[in-house]
Amino acid sequence: MSADRERKAAKLRHLLETEGDAVFENTTHVNEGRYETNSHRDDIDELRGQARAIKEDAIERLPELIEAARTSVEANGGEVYVADDAADANRYITEIAESKGAETLAKSKSMTTEEIEVNDALADVGVDVTETDLGEFVLQVADEAPSHLVGPAFHKSTEDIAELFNAHFDPAEPLETAEDLTQFARDHVGEKIMDADVGMTGANFVFAESGTIALVTNEGNARKCAVTPDTHVAVAGVEKLIPSVDEFPPFAELIARAAGGQDIATYLSLLSPPVDSPVVDFDAPDEPLDGSADDREFHLVLLDNGRTEMRDDDELRETLYCIRCGACANSCANFQHVGGHAFGGETYTGGIATGWEAGVHGLDSAAEFNDLCTGCSRCVDACPVEIDIPWINTVVRDRVNRGTDTEFDWLVEGLTPDADPGGVDVQKRLFGNFGALAKLGSATAPVSNWLADWGPSRALMERVAGVDRRRDLPAFQRETLVDWFESREPLATAGDGDREAVLYPDAYTNYVLVDRGKAAVRTLEALGVDVTVAPCHESGRAPLSQGMIATATENAARVADSLDPYLDDGRDVVVVEPSDLAAFRREYERLLDADRAQRLAANSYEVMEYVYGLLENGADADTLTAGGDVAYHSHCQQRTLDVDQYTEAVFDRLGYDVVTSDVECCGMAGSFGYKSEYYELSVDVGETLADQFEAADVDERELVASGASCHEQLESLLPQASTHPVELVAPAVERVPRSR
Amino acid sequence: MRTDTTDRFADSLEAADVSCTRVEAAEFADALAGVVEQPAVGVPLGIDGVSLDDTDVEIPPTPRLLREAETGVTRVHGIVSYGTFVIQGDEAGAEPVSLYPTTHVGVVRASDLHEDVEETASWLGEEFDAGRDSAVLATGASATADMGELVAGVHGPQRVHAVVVTDR
Repeated sequence: MSADRERKAAKLRHLLETEGDAVFENTTHVNEGRYETNSHRDDIDELRGQARAIKEDAIERLPELIEAARTSVEANGGEVYVADDAADANRYITEIAESKGAETLAKSKSMTTEEIEVNDALADVGVDVTETDLGEFVLQVADEAPSHLVGPAFHKSTEDIAELFNAHFDPAEPLETAEDLTQFARDHVGEKIMDADVGMTGANFVFAESGTIALVTNEGNARKCAVTPDTHVAVAGVEKLIPSVDEFPPFAELIARAAGGQDIATYLSLLSPPVDSPVVDFDAPDEPLDGSADDREFHLVLLDNGRTEMRDDDELRETLYCIRCGACANSCANFQHVGGHAFGGETYTGGIATGWEAGVHGLDSAAEFNDLCTGCSRCVDACPVEIDIPWINTVVRDRVNRGTDTEFDWLVEGLTPDADPGGVDVQKRLFGNFGALAKLGSATAPVSNWLADWGPSRALMERVAGVDRRRDLPAFQRETLVDWFESREPLATAGDGDREAVLYPDAYTNYVLVDRGKAAVRTLEALGVDVTVAPCHESGRAPLSQGMIATATENAARVADSLDPYLDDGRDVVVVEPSDLAAFRREYERLLDADRAQRLAANSYEVMEYVYGLLENGADADTLTAGGDVAYHSHCQQRTLDVDQYTEAVFDRLGYDVVTSDVECCGMAGSFGYKSEYYELSVDVGETLADQFEAADVDERELVASGASCHEQLESLLPQASTHPVELVAPAVERVPRSR
Repeated sequence: MRTDTTDRFADSLEAADVSCTRVEAAEFADALAGVVEQPAVGVPLGIDGVSLDDTDVEIPPTPRLLREAETGVTRVHGIVSYGTFVIQGDEAGAEPVSLYPTTHVGVVRASDLHEDVEETASWLGEEFDAGRDSAVLATGASATADMGELVAGVHGPQRVHAVVVTDR
């Protein structure tokens, strides 16, 4: 393993051991709340659409909104400063502190101030900063960086914090429970707020029209920091601007649901500073609050720090719609296992962090963790503003690829005639050309399989391409699905079907999991469909996963060329592998002409979705194999597309008793589980799934998984064999149970 | 119709762990005495026929009272769907009085109940235009899970109580 891969593996291993359990417990808890809360409303998607539209419009009109905010804040009696970068913002903020002779500052949690590292700048001018958000306070005591956008100390358990506080503060009675710790921190931090010379907050939103900042908290610390001292500095990225309070409702409804599964945050403070509330001077305890706010001072620091460039960047612009709820992190299987200290950069963590880090700190910061996004797309549904986070991560990966160089390029150059420039990491190039590899492997099977398994080859593959030798490789079949179909006698009913379909054979189905392809053909034919099989061309999913967009674009065009004639003939396209359907429905619009992409997306179906449609339209279910107890793992991209329901509906209709897994992702995620630096994380994620299927009353069930990767992960972690749903329901007469 | 609204508001308050007393203006002082723990601090309510003058709630607030009071009493508006208080910032100190003491008692006219967030935003838009441009939407007690479990009463109040004046 290369030194870089070993370093990454070691870091992930360490975090799995030290922080993984606490992060998993906390994200699980928050996700349960999110699903529960969202289930109470049926207009979540409508609200998401509204929120998205407001952000699109606001970012479009950003220069105008900045000027409107300046006018309204100044009319209120405050100041606005637009800071070009971190240094500029810190210079302005420290000058305010110095002009006030400030010795102490109470700060509410704000990722934007983390981004500019304002605490260090303030310490340099002798200002003592106290973090007042209790999670952030824990980190300040521990001298650590946040590991989550919303729960900065997500990675620490109650016991960890008790140990930290007892060692640091040496209280008379050792602190033990969450209640003890909260009480202690509240009292300690509360005193600091009452003594503070300056209060500093972020802003979740800034309403340009009235110069109002919106602060969303549960603790109330932001309110105290904003209204207690006479001087308030709010620091916000320019992207936080929205036109007015009229646009606030969808965000009020969405942000706490997405962040923590609450209907609404405990405090949504809409403050138009300098506020009318009287200054509370605890040094003059018996002076009545005099009803005057004349001595209040307010500064709004709007931070650019790369955001204007992001706005001009067609691929990164969406990042600016982010409302920092952290739902992308919580819904991410990898994040759930290692947290933001692995899945994050200099400041931002989780799925959207790649966009933020690329924009505000540059590609190097984003590159450190970008590969932890497997493109499973579970965050797409979780995002309250409908940001296509996996696409942003793909784009950044592509840009990172173009900046790298490698000495082993010659090894895969001949094997992998892709469209991406030389310099793409050899591991990525290998996995990004899986179709070509599979074709070669199949043509030379079984020698290729034997060679691939041979110890010295595994060592070489691990050293050169980072393919972990602990992972079983796919066994290529000599007879491909396409060959099998072409060598068949056409059915007597060919040409007479009620419907006509073309099966799209992905590389896995064509060269490796050929049985599921055959089962798909038999099932469709049994239901009265005239089936043909298209040529096997890689869909582009594999190179997309590696950030090789040029290659994916070339693949997409080839697939569209091969399927267009069938579409012209009115055939439906049936897809076995859910990730390829996701490519057709979600990514092709970015890779192909709009008309072409739309036609393919509109006429493509996941195989079980298609079976469901056939049964609904009167096809005879009795020809299929019915009944049985099933443990079913859907596929992450299939769930994002809401296609998983059809498999379950077909099972239900055919009398199967089904237990469905509820983890976000199997952890294998295409090539991810093969990569030596990620192998252990992949297995750790997979074990969460395996645990569900090893439970009593589930472990005897037939194991079924929709995705090729999920199938591989399950077979590596469990003793049972696993099949695709279509293999289960395919006509009984020809069905041969697979053994391992 | 009004009864229906206050019923639903009370249901939402209960879901947010906020207790509720419904009272007519004439009985306000007695009802308040039943829910206020001493010492208590408040700001003028500005509701016709309803006043803190004949109660044990001290006005005006001082920093010491904010720090030591068990209860803070302010006027609020309400959002029916979530049992939310809308606390408008003012020069008398409604914001700190609703924030520092252990218990916040919000006094709300039935006619100041808004159905949902959207309706509230629309009303707030008018208030902002009229210069009353700071408000806090507060739902239940201050809370944190930062120490590993949900704990109530962090920087804000630990308990919240609503007094709904049904005939105003």
